[in-house]
Amino acid sequence: MLLAPGMLWLAIFFLVPMGFLGYQSLQSGIFPNFHFTWQFANFSSAISGYHTQLVRSFFYAGIATVACLVLAYPLAYWIAFRAGPWRNLFLLFIVAPFFVTYLVRTLAWLNILGDEGPIVRILKDVHILGPNGRLLATTFAVVAGITYNFFPFMALPLYVSLEQIDARLLEAAKDLYASPTKAFLRVTLPLSAPGIVAGTLLTFIPAAGDFINAYFLGTPNQTMIGNVIQAKFLESLDYPTAASLSFILMGTIMVMLLVYAWIVGTEKLTG
Amino acid sequence: MTSVAETLTRPARMGIGARAWRFVARHALSVYALLAVVYLMLPIAVVILFSFNHPTGTFNYVWHKFTFDNWIHWNSVLGIQGAVETSLEVAALATFVATILGTLIALALVRHQFVGRGATNLVVFLPLSTPEIVLGASLLTLFLNSNNAIQLGFWTIFIAHVMFIISFVVVTVKARLIGFDRHLEEAAMDLGANEWTTFLKVTLPLIAPAMLAAALLGFALSIDDFVITYLNAGATQTFPIFVWGIARVAVPPQVNVVASTIFLVAIALGLGNVFWQYRTAKRQRRGIA
Repeated sequence: MLLAPGMLWLAIFFLVPMGFLGYQSLQSGIFPNFHFTWQFANFSSAISGYHTQLVRSFFYAGIATVACLVLAYPLAYWIAFRAGPWRNLFLLFIVAPFFVTYLVRTLAWLNILGDEGPIVRILKDVHILGPNGRLLATTFAVVAGITYNFFPFMALPLYVSLEQIDARLLEAAKDLYASPTKAFLRVTLPLSAPGIVAGTLLTFIPAAGDFINAYFLGTPNQTMIGNVIQAKFLESLDYPTAASLSFILMGTIMVMLLVYAWIVGTEKLTG
Repeated sequence: MTSVAETLTRPARMGIGARAWRFVARHALSVYALLAVVYLMLPIAVVILFSFNHPTGTFNYVWHKFTFDNWIHWNSVLGIQGAVETSLEVAALATFVATILGTLIALALVRHQFVGRGATNLVVFLPLSTPEIVLGASLLTLFLNSNNAIQLGFWTIFIAHVMFIISFVVVTVKARLIGFDRHLEEAAMDLGANEWTTFLKVTLPLIAPAMLAAALLGFALSIDDFVITYLNAGATQTFPIFVWGIARVAVPPQVNVVASTIFLVAIALGLGNVFWQYRTAKRQRRGIA
């Protein structure tokens, strides 16, 4: 009774559409005359046509996820153990980017990384960039944009898992003559593993499907699979290819999830 | 003489250097935390700063001159006001519906054992772990295959938003219900309250903060969503879609004004909450002492 209305909504507008996506992905024809013909060739032609963008999406998402982890871990650690009464304020700082419209905060990087912006000027002055060097329209800009936009997804779960660590465990490690490094590696890091796992998934999945950073900060050389799907649906009206690409994206993520769960699980068993 | 003076002062100087180094080493993490916050705040500062810019040409990339004009004439750009209004309407309506539906699911999941509970959990969790582009694409195929029974527009956006907000509401409210003391409800029943009265007078007030948190989260997600909305909007424009469209030409500073306003309202609510928690924590500590 309680469930009915909400679950009905999810069934009709989440599960059923997934079915339609599958239905559409096996159709053939040209807009607006599509016919359902079990056209499995859509999948193979989608892969052969767009494997570059597919691989690139997972590559960018992977780098951005690692960058988020490396950047966010010390911050989350500091907030959990050192921030004291300022904790909630710093948590607010972490989520603050979410309060600025996604597209607008990505566009802000155009100002920051722009050719006449301060960062490019400094890098040119110290000769890291050549006189015609750019930051915009590069892989770096796209990955940096993704890293910034999904940073809170990594930082928050890390904070939650670090915050739950019993400080007495760290004292015990110290009493047993563990060096700070050793205490961190043997106590803190393993106990924060759930946060690392959750943060990695929450960052990687949306990052792999993203197309806004590639659109604004990159060139056609940085096109990701999201850009292709979006353009196929709304510009070239090639629904079957777009639908099969969506399925390939989701399927690949599912497989990666399973492999990831398997690796994380076995490590926990053997560790 | 000079050499003597040098040898005398050198240890002291080294001392300062060493002390400075030790200070940095000890506070490296704090310094890093501050730098990280600067990194997080930098684009936000740019957005707000450039809302006061008077750009020389059509492009708002380079700082030129300070002005209040963009704030005073925020709706002078064609279409921006309508887009903002649509965003607010969708967000309010979708959040309201999704909060109710999600809370009901959360109540059922925590309170009742029923067949298909695991499957329900999975269906609630799946939208959270599916890329937005796939969620948007699948909904679009549903609407496209409806033989024009459903026209893309305001209501398809509404449907999409309710769909993805429900899951967030369930997760948020469930967390609160799990830590819920059911003795309070039993006490109410013992005192002669029927189930409905108990729900209204005991259960609802206790889960209201979680519902409010979920609603605020849902509202923020709705007003910010681009990918799912864009695929299912047809010709209707929400604020993010307006930004996407105008970014192909040149983004006027008025866009920064709207984004800054959304940010400032949200941050004011957030700061209010931080301050409130800080005060209750202080009061509780005083109460114990």
